Amino acid sequence: MSERETASRTHDEFCRAIETGDPFYLACPDGHGSVPPRRVCPECGAQSLTVEALPETGRVQAATVVHVATSAFADSAPYVTAIADFGPVSLTGVVAETDPEAVEHGTDVTLAIQRTDERKRPTLVFEPR
Amino acid sequence: MPSVRVAGVGLTPFGEHPDRTTRDLFAEAGIEAMSDAEVRADAVDAVYFGNFVGELADGQGHHGPLVAESLGVSAPATRFESACASSGVAVRHAVRAVECGDADVVVVGGAERMTHVGTDEATAMLATAADAIHEVSAGVTFPGAYALMADAYFETYGGSRRDLAHVAVKNHGHALENEYAQFQFEVSVDDVLEAPTVASPLGLLDACPVTDGASALVLVSDEYARDADVEAAVEVTGSGQASDTLALQDRETLSRTPATERAAAEAYRDAGIEAADIDLVEVHDCFTCAEVFALEALGLYDPGEAITAAREGETWRDGQLPVNCSGGLKAKGHPVGATGASQVVEMTRLLRGDHPNSDYVSEASTGVTHSAGGTVASTTVHVLEVAR
Repeated sequence: MSERETASRTHDEFCRAIETGDPFYLACPDGHGSVPPRRVCPECGAQSLTVEALPETGRVQAATVVHVATSAFADSAPYVTAIADFGPVSLTGVVAETDPEAVEHGTDVTLAIQRTDERKRPTLVFEPR
Repeated sequence: MPSVRVAGVGLTPFGEHPDRTTRDLFAEAGIEAMSDAEVRADAVDAVYFGNFVGELADGQGHHGPLVAESLGVSAPATRFESACASSGVAVRHAVRAVECGDADVVVVGGAERMTHVGTDEATAMLATAADAIHEVSAGVTFPGAYALMADAYFETYGGSRRDLAHVAVKNHGHALENEYAQFQFEVSVDDVLEAPTVASPLGLLDACPVTDGASALVLVSDEYARDADVEAAVEVTGSGQASDTLALQDRETLSRTPATERAAAEAYRDAGIEAADIDLVEVHDCFTCAEVFALEALGLYDPGEAITAAREGETWRDGQLPVNCSGGLKAKGHPVGATGASQVVEMTRLLRGDHPNSDYVSEASTGVTHSAGGTVASTTVHVLEVAR
């Protein structure tokens, strides 16, 4: 087996790193960013990925107020799901905001993780700054 | 390379068939297509079947042999799953099988059964077309994913909910006389704007319905059509397929659908046509905004320009570029696994003159169908032409 620098990380490790205040992303030698689970850079196929610190603040690129939800999110509806640009990567999360109509493009957000019994996986949460 | 002819087509009525089985729905469409093609079961070389959520909705996987059996066909049978593009991908592979000489006669289509499960479960099933780790876990539903794209489109190019409402009005108008359509009634712009919000900016009438139904085609080689003396006036001259990242967050832009651009480029090259040669299209309008994305990605409008096409009347059946004369997914219905092939069925009927809307497009000779899975992470484009 050839030697590789692949920094294999699980999605669970990605979430736990957010919880401990040390969020990261994966970077290939050409600087393309991605988030786990990845073994190769999705953009250029490079197999050498390193763990880098994720910028603390992201900016909302697109948002929607979801009124008809799956059962795992039914208790939260209506809620805002957004895609936010964190520089090397973009992430998808639920915006922690009491007034869903108040979320706008360009809103700065930081990351948090929410865990509930109803949901199979941890929920990535965007907290407006 | 042998050319590929559409020898026969079949559909079930699209709508609610909660008490029927997927295999029975496909049998109805398949038998109709085989009868239309005057082809016997023992002449069929392969069955390609599109289906998305058979395991979740029916507790039934392994639908390939099951649906072949339902037609009395013993040929090799395969199920294709690519979310909402499942039977678009099945058609793509059927076309390639005939072109490369592997098969002379293929029955291809799809079926889905979803109305029996209720809105909550249907929402959850459809959400499995999105990325479970990065999207579904962040509350992304299928309408929510398209809503994010619509939001980004409005931000980039402008446009309004009112513009999108005109897409719904048009497609309901087109479905009025289509005997297979789920919604054979008109809606107004105000109806669309006043409908409950599903995921802003999309409301209930921006969305296609949950549907049961099936579609089937018999594709044959030119040689078979000639030898068997089968009337097959429509030819599939181009086929393209492309993929994109499953998660929207990994794409360079949210306001365009590059996979469709790549699939279209391949299909047009295959057929030797350009976008300007296309007379009419059936595109994947699972939401009103999806029709806009498709028209721009197919090269029929510049980016940012298709948003007003329906409002200006350009894409109505009597406009300069008729779009979704069948009623589209929006009004004809969207039995997910059946949809891609049903577009080819409807385009065939439109081109050969036996569709209720054929009179509006009687001069048309080149049609394109576009099928999309998820948020266009899977897509196929097919070019159909009246054989000369």
